[in-house]
Amino acid sequence: MGHPVVISIEDVSKRFVIRKEKSLKERLVNFGRSNLHKEDFWALRNVSAQIESGTTVGLIGPNGSGKSTLLKLIGGILQPTTGTVRLRGRLAALLELGTGFHPDLTGRENVYLNASILGLTKEETDRHFDAIVDFSGIEQFIDTQVKFYSSGMFVRLAFSVAVHVDPDILLVDEVLAVGDEPFQRKCLERIRAFQKEGRTIVLVTHGLDQVAEFCDRALVLENGHLAVDGKPREALRELRADFEAMRQEDLERARERSGTSVRSVFNGVALRTRGSEVTSPAISSGDPLTIAVETGTEGVVDAAVLGIAVTTTLGTVLFSTTTEKLGLPDLRLAGVQQFQFDLGPLALNEGEYIVQTSLKTADGQELHVVPQAAHFTVQGKNGSSGPLAVATAFRAF
Amino acid sequence: MSDVVSQRTAALERQPLRIAGPRPGFARGTLASVRDILGKRELLNFLVRRELKSKYKDSVLGFFWSLMRPLVQLGVYYVAIGKFMGASATTPDYAVFIYTGLSAWTLFSEIMLIGTGSIVANSGLVKKVYLPREVFPLSVVGSALFNFGIQLVILIGATVLVGKFPLGSRWWYFVLALAVLLVWSTALALLLSAVNVYLRDVQYLVDVVLMLLFWASPIVYSWGQVAGKFHGALRDLYLSNPMTLVIMGFQKTFWVAADKEIAQGKLLFPGHLVPALGIAFGVGLVFLWLCQRIFARLQSNFAQEL
Repeated sequence: MGHPVVISIEDVSKRFVIRKEKSLKERLVNFGRSNLHKEDFWALRNVSAQIESGTTVGLIGPNGSGKSTLLKLIGGILQPTTGTVRLRGRLAALLELGTGFHPDLTGRENVYLNASILGLTKEETDRHFDAIVDFSGIEQFIDTQVKFYSSGMFVRLAFSVAVHVDPDILLVDEVLAVGDEPFQRKCLERIRAFQKEGRTIVLVTHGLDQVAEFCDRALVLENGHLAVDGKPREALRELRADFEAMRQEDLERARERSGTSVRSVFNGVALRTRGSEVTSPAISSGDPLTIAVETGTEGVVDAAVLGIAVTTTLGTVLFSTTTEKLGLPDLRLAGVQQFQFDLGPLALNEGEYIVQTSLKTADGQELHVVPQAAHFTVQGKNGSSGPLAVATAFRAF
Repeated sequence: MSDVVSQRTAALERQPLRIAGPRPGFARGTLASVRDILGKRELLNFLVRRELKSKYKDSVLGFFWSLMRPLVQLGVYYVAIGKFMGASATTPDYAVFIYTGLSAWTLFSEIMLIGTGSIVANSGLVKKVYLPREVFPLSVVGSALFNFGIQLVILIGATVLVGKFPLGSRWWYFVLALAVLLVWSTALALLLSAVNVYLRDVQYLVDVVLMLLFWASPIVYSWGQVAGKFHGALRDLYLSNPMTLVIMGFQKTFWVAADKEIAQGKLLFPGHLVPALGIAFGVGLVFLWLCQRIFARLQSNFAQEL
C-alpha cells in the first residue's frame, strides 16, 4: 500500500513587505512616496516538496532561512504569496510558546479552549482530560491562571494538549528546548510512538542531533531556497559545510580587520595504518591509525597548537587531542611543514568516521579548522551498535 | 505495516487534499467560510465564555461593573437632561425611555469597540493556529449579547415597576430592531477588526465616531423633538441611520407610556417604522456579506501584520 501525500508544497514563495510606518499620520505624510518606505523581503522562494504520511521531516537551516515561515504556511497561519500548500488530515501545530493560551484563564479552561481550537469536541476533551493533565505533570497548578506559569509549565501543557488531539500531522517548532530533561525525554518518546502510529511530523530545530536521530528526511533551507531535500545524513553534512563556510568567512573578515598578514592553513591530511596508506579509506576494528598533516604558513606563527579529533558522521566527538593537551611545547610555524599523530588501536565499531583537524595560536585564535578533513571506514564484526567496539561475552545463570 | 498505521494511511487516502488556511476566491469562498464558522460553533461558545470570564476576572464585583456604566449614564442623563433641562416634564416615564435607548446603545457600542480590537487582542492565537478568524469578532457579539441580556432583565423589571409592562404584538418591534442591530454591528465589527490589524488608528477613530453617533440617535431625546427641526434631506439622512431606527424600535416596545401621548396626537415616531426596519435589515444582510468577504480577503495577512 502506498503512502498518500499529506503535505503538498507546490512552488511556494512568500514575500514580506517591511513597512516602516504604521500610523495613519505617517502614511498621509508619506503618501505617494510610500514605496520608499517599503522593503520587500522574500522569506521563501519557489519551495516545492511532497511529504508522505508516516514520515518525520526535519526542517533545518541557519537563522532566518525561512524554516518557521514554511512551518506557518503549512499550518495555514500565513498565506503564500504564490503557490499553494495542500493538506490531508487533522493538523496540530506547536509553534513557539503557548499555542494560544489565554493568560487570565486557568490551566483547565485553557486545555478545553485549546483542544477546541485544535478541533476536539467537549466530550472528547472530557475523555482525554486526565491523560492530558497527567502527561503534562502539572496537576497541582491546573486550576491556576496560566499567567502564573513558568515557561516550562506552559510548554508542558501545550505539548500535552497537542499530542492528545489525535493529529495526523504534528508541526513542532523549537518548543521542546524549553522543557526540562525528563519532560523532553517524555516528549521524544511520544514522538517515537507517533512515528510508530504512522503520523506525520514536521520538526523545526537547531538540534541537529535530534534530526539525525528522529527524521527520515531533512529539508535544508538557505535564504528561502530549498538547498537539500534528502536523507538527514546528507542534509546535515551539507548544512555543517555551510556553517563552516560562514565561519571561515567570519574568520577571514576578522583577520582582515586585525590587519595581520600571517596566514596558516592545512595543505593536506593523510591517514595511514600499519605503515600503509589508507587508500580505500578502510581499516579494521582495532587497527592503529596515523594522521599526517601538512601545513603551509605565510609569515611566521611563533606559538601554535595543532589538534585532531575523530568524530561520528553526525558530529559527535569520540576522541580529540591537541599538542597542548599532550604536554608538548608550542609549535613554530613557517613555510611548509609536516606533522603526524600516531593513534594506538582504535576500538571502533563498524561504520564511517571523520577526522577533524584544527590549527590555533597558543592564545586561542583560530588559524584553520577543518571539520571534515578526512573520512575512514571501520570494518568489523557486526553484532553490536554504537561507535564503540567492545568484546562482549554473555552467560546465563 | 502495523494495523494502526494502515488504518490511518487508508483514512488519509480517502480524504482529498485541501488548501491550508482560508479558501481563496471572493464569491466562491462564502459558503466555505460559513461552513468553517459553523464547524467551530463549540469553539465560539468557549471564546464567548472566555471573554466573559476573563473580563472581570480579578475584580471583586465582577459582572456588576458591566451594569455600572449604563446605570450611571442613566442617572446622569436623568438628572441633567431630564430634571435640569426639563425633558422629563415633556417625556413621560423618562427613566424607562432613556434606559431603553441606553441598553440598545450599550450593546451596539460594546460590539463595535471590543469587536474592532478583537483580532489584535487575540494576536496570540491568530499567530499560532489557523482557525476561521471570524470567530473573534463573533465571540464579542456573543459576550455583548450576554451583558445585554442582564440589562434587558433590569429594563423589563423597570417596566413592571412603573406598571407598564409591554404586551402583545409590540414585541415584534424589539425582535426586528434587535435583528437589525446585530446584523449591522456584526458587519461593522468584522470589517473594522480586519482593518484595525493594518491600521491601528481605527480603534481610536471608532471611539470618536461612536460618541458622535450616540448623539445622532434618539437616545436621550425623542424623535418628536427632532421631527420639528429637521426637514427634507436632513430628515431622511437622520432616519436612514440604522441605529436611529433600532432605538426607536426598542422604544416602541418598552416605552409603553408613549401610547397615551400618541393617542393625544403627539408625534413621537416617524411613520413606516416597520418597512424602514425591514429595509435596514435587508441592506444590513448584504453589507454583512460584503464585510465578511473583505474580512476573508484581509485575513490572509493577519499573522504577519500582528
